[in-house]
Amino acid sequence: MPQLTFRKYLVLAGITVFSTAGDSLLARGMKDLGNVSLHHFSGLLLAVLNPWVTAGILLLLTFFACYMSALSWADLTYVLPATSLAYVLVALVGHFRLHEVILPARWLGIALITAGVGFVAAGPSVTPSHQHEKSPDAVSQEVRT
Amino acid sequence: MKDLHAWAAIAIIGMAATTGDVLLSYSMKRVGDVGELWKRRGVLAVIRRVLATPTFALGVMAMAVAFYSLLFALSWGNLSLVVPASASLTFVANAVAARIFLHERVGRRRWIAALLVAGGVVLMAL
Repeated sequence: MPQLTFRKYLVLAGITVFSTAGDSLLARGMKDLGNVSLHHFSGLLLAVLNPWVTAGILLLLTFFACYMSALSWADLTYVLPATSLAYVLVALVGHFRLHEVILPARWLGIALITAGVGFVAAGPSVTPSHQHEKSPDAVSQEVRT
Repeated sequence: MKDLHAWAAIAIIGMAATTGDVLLSYSMKRVGDVGELWKRRGVLAVIRRVLATPTFALGVMAMAVAFYSLLFALSWGNLSLVVPASASLTFVANAVAARIFLHERVGRRRWIAALLVAGGVVLMAL
C-alpha cells in the first residue's frame, strides 16, 4: 500500500480549502449583483467583471486542479469524502468568525462527516484494479497512440 | 407538482455528478500520477496529456450538466431539499459506480464512510 506523502495531503487539504473559499467569494460577489434570471442572461456574463466573482472563479479553478491531481493517484471513493469536509469548514468559519449559532443537529452532521472522512483516511488511498497494475509509461504509450 | 420537479432535479443532478466524477476519475487514472509527470516532463506535458484523454471532456460536460441543473433547481426555490438531497445521493451513487465501473474495492470501511457522510450532509442542511 503506497503511503501518502506530505505533498499529497496538502493537495487533499487544497480541495477542501479552495472549494470553500471559492464558493464563499462567489456568493459574496453574486450578492452585489442581486437576482439573476434567465431573462437577464447578460447579467451572468457581466458577473465575471465583479472582482469577488473573478477571485472566486480563480479559486474554484485551483480546486479543480487539486481535485484532478488527487484523482490521478487516489480512488474516487477515497477523495470524495475529503471534499465533504468543506461543509464542516463552512459551518466552523460561520460559527467562529461570523458568530452564527450551530444547532445540535448540525453539530451531529459535523460529527458524522468527520467520522466518515476518518474512516476512509485510515484505509488505503488506492485499491488495486487492472488499471493500476499498468506502469505510468505503459499508460502514456496508450494515450499517445 | 413542485415536489415532483424538485425530485426530478435531484435525480438528474445526482446522475450527472456521478457520471462526471466517474469519467474524470477514469481519465486521471489513465493519465497517471500528475505529480510524477510534472516532475519528469513539466506542467505543459501534464495539461496536454489530460486534454488528450477523450473521457476527460465527457466528464467535464457531465459536471456542467450537473451544475446547470442545480442552478435551474435553485431558481425554483426549494433550496433546503435540493442541495442536501442531491449531495448525499451523489456520495452513495458514487460508491456504487466506483465499484462497478472503476473496479475500486469499496469495502465495509468505505461503505460506512459514504453513508456517514451522506447522512451528515443532510443533517448539516436542516
